[in-house]
Amino acid sequence: MAKTLFDKIWEKHVVKNIEGGPSVFYIDTHFIHEVTSPQAFKGLEKRGLQVFRPKQVVATADHNVPTLNQHLPIKEELSRLQVQTLQDNCKKFGIELYGLGHPYQGIVHVIGPELGITQPGMTIVCGDSHTSTHGAFGTIAFGIGTSEVEMVLATQCLMQSKPKLMRINVDGELNKGVVSKDIILYIISKISASGATGYAVEYAGSAIRNLSMEARMTICNMSIEMGARCGMIAPDQTTFDYIKGREFAPKGDAWDNAVAEWQTLYSDADAKFDVELNIKAEDIEPMITYGTNPGMGIGVTGHIPALTEIDEKEKVSYQKSLNYMGLEPGADIKGRKVDYVFIGSCTNSRIEDLRMVASFVKGKKKADDVEVWVVPGSKQVEKQAIEEGINKIFEEAGFILRQPGCSACLGMNEDKIPAGKYCISTSNRNFEGRQGPNARTFLASPLTAAVAAVTGKVGDVREFI
Amino acid sequence: MSKSINIVESTVVPINIENIDTDQIIPARFLKATSRDGFGKNLFRDWRFENDDENNPKKDFVLNNPTFKGKVLVAAKNFGCGSSREHAAWAIKDYGFDVVVSSFFADIFKNNALNNFLLPVTVSEDFLQQIFDAVQKDADTEIEVNLENQYIRIVSTGAQESFDINSYKKTCLLNGYDDIDYLLSMKGEIEAFETKKN
Ligand code: SF4
Repeated sequence: MAKTLFDKIWEKHVVKNIEGGPSVFYIDTHFIHEVTSPQAFKGLEKRGLQVFRPKQVVATADHNVPTLNQHLPIKEELSRLQVQTLQDNCKKFGIELYGLGHPYQGIVHVIGPELGITQPGMTIVCGDSHTSTHGAFGTIAFGIGTSEVEMVLATQCLMQSKPKLMRINVDGELNKGVVSKDIILYIISKISASGATGYAVEYAGSAIRNLSMEARMTICNMSIEMGARCGMIAPDQTTFDYIKGREFAPKGDAWDNAVAEWQTLYSDADAKFDVELNIKAEDIEPMITYGTNPGMGIGVTGHIPALTEIDEKEKVSYQKSLNYMGLEPGADIKGRKVDYVFIGSCTNSRIEDLRMVASFVKGKKKADDVEVWVVPGSKQVEKQAIEEGINKIFEEAGFILRQPGCSACLGMNEDKIPAGKYCISTSNRNFEGRQGPNARTFLASPLTAAVAAVTGKVGDVREFI
Repeated sequence: MSKSINIVESTVVPINIENIDTDQIIPARFLKATSRDGFGKNLFRDWRFENDDENNPKKDFVLNNPTFKGKVLVAAKNFGCGSSREHAAWAIKDYGFDVVVSSFFADIFKNNALNNFLLPVTVSEDFLQQIFDAVQKDADTEIEVNLENQYIRIVSTGAQESFDINSYKKTCLLNGYDDIDYLLSMKGEIEAFETKKN
């Protein structure tokens, strides 16, 4: 029988199906970080348990770390305690930790792929919803809560119900100035912030195939923003070329065997999906969000929907959202003043993102009344940016290149956008207060963020290239 | 944390807002704790207080309105979207809710709620509207949620709807079992699976 990519990986990981219930589902790789793991370790200790397969767990400190002066002790006491707790737990339970100061430290969804830990056909979980990022390699990867972190630590398994399957085909040529972030913002704006809830989504089509691995990760990363259980892309030569030679990639014969197996990971020609969507790449403009969920996105030359365009039942929520943003229904978004630019997060903090921004701003200066933070996704990205001289370009433009971490993506450390200020951000969430209490977020691609950095306004990158 | 759940009969707290994300339920700056306790006091923190000031409650927010109280939280569609933080479920439970009713729940939140004996009840859009209407008319409106028989009822009007839950989860909730207990009992099979897989 014809199978989907998801089916093929799912079936290989079911330990047992339970009558009328979920399956016992085996997890190959478990990433942990300081924020969602302490209570799980506490739970283990309370039950007197060990970590079942410590070699299959990888830890890093990212959510709650400072992005300046990382060599100094963390100032904020609770943050310091949380990072320390992770260190203690990893030591006690025999888990590899890429903590502060380690050359592999970084945002969990950046370091897994960059170290070659993430490989096609795997099942991957982490106590973080953007675990869907790893699906770009043809894995089943999804975010879990802390109780589930505890289950995986204790048994390497979870109770999972099989989701429904959706395929989104993006075919054709992208317009100039349109990048993978625009594709995913466009998709979410079409199907809404809950449009894929209960589904595993496979992205396919020529426009997806033509993307680099890093660009594919940006797309899978935001699958959760439309509610999807996970997002995935079938592995191909681009995938294999990316993985080859990385620290934890298979070597020698093991490599050949792995590739042979990975080449079987695709949806069969006549495989059935519960829902299939087709999108024309040509229809996609550079995108930006104007509201307080990632589904509230428009092309940069578009207008914020007028009240007459909003469903009666949704009006209260819609008006609340625009009030928060300080925006008028029906207004244009282009030309709006921006106070901060944040380039970072597991969506867009990889070397290609930094290169994209650098190539745009080279020889330009940031606008006077804008503050620009660039936060690399990992130590390795930071190192490479310095080797390539990207840091110099940023310095000359007046940008600050900070140190790796989640930073203003969630404003858990001191990198917060002040109340009432507008930030154009390459991250994935524009929720109320996400970047700091009463901060206002426009989500966009690194290119559109770069335009705002040099003009101080929301602009159309196509006018500049 | 109370384990096991069956019948809840209570007045409700209505929040008729869509897409309530877990950053609203519990903002990130409160995730620095290393225990599961005490999150209730920061539930909906930024919707509850002006400028993060506990002495300055926002009057128009429902949790600050003594007219509305109870063990059932009712919210509009796509409740619990966004971050996977289980702290959101802990905060709702710790505040004193046993049930959350919505027409649509985000996946991860639903699992997190179930793992904390907080029952997510999915109802039709129409039934949800009936609850909002009934509560708006009379804040003392009671809702009965019966897990064993899988129905939810507006006591005053008698309007009733059945809800879905998979039988495994239902057994866990009724009896106070955790997934982890079950998985631990599977260790032998998991090891056998690993041997076969490799
Ligand atoms: S960068 Fe943002 S979205 Fe990504 S893991 Fe960190 S907090 Fe989560």
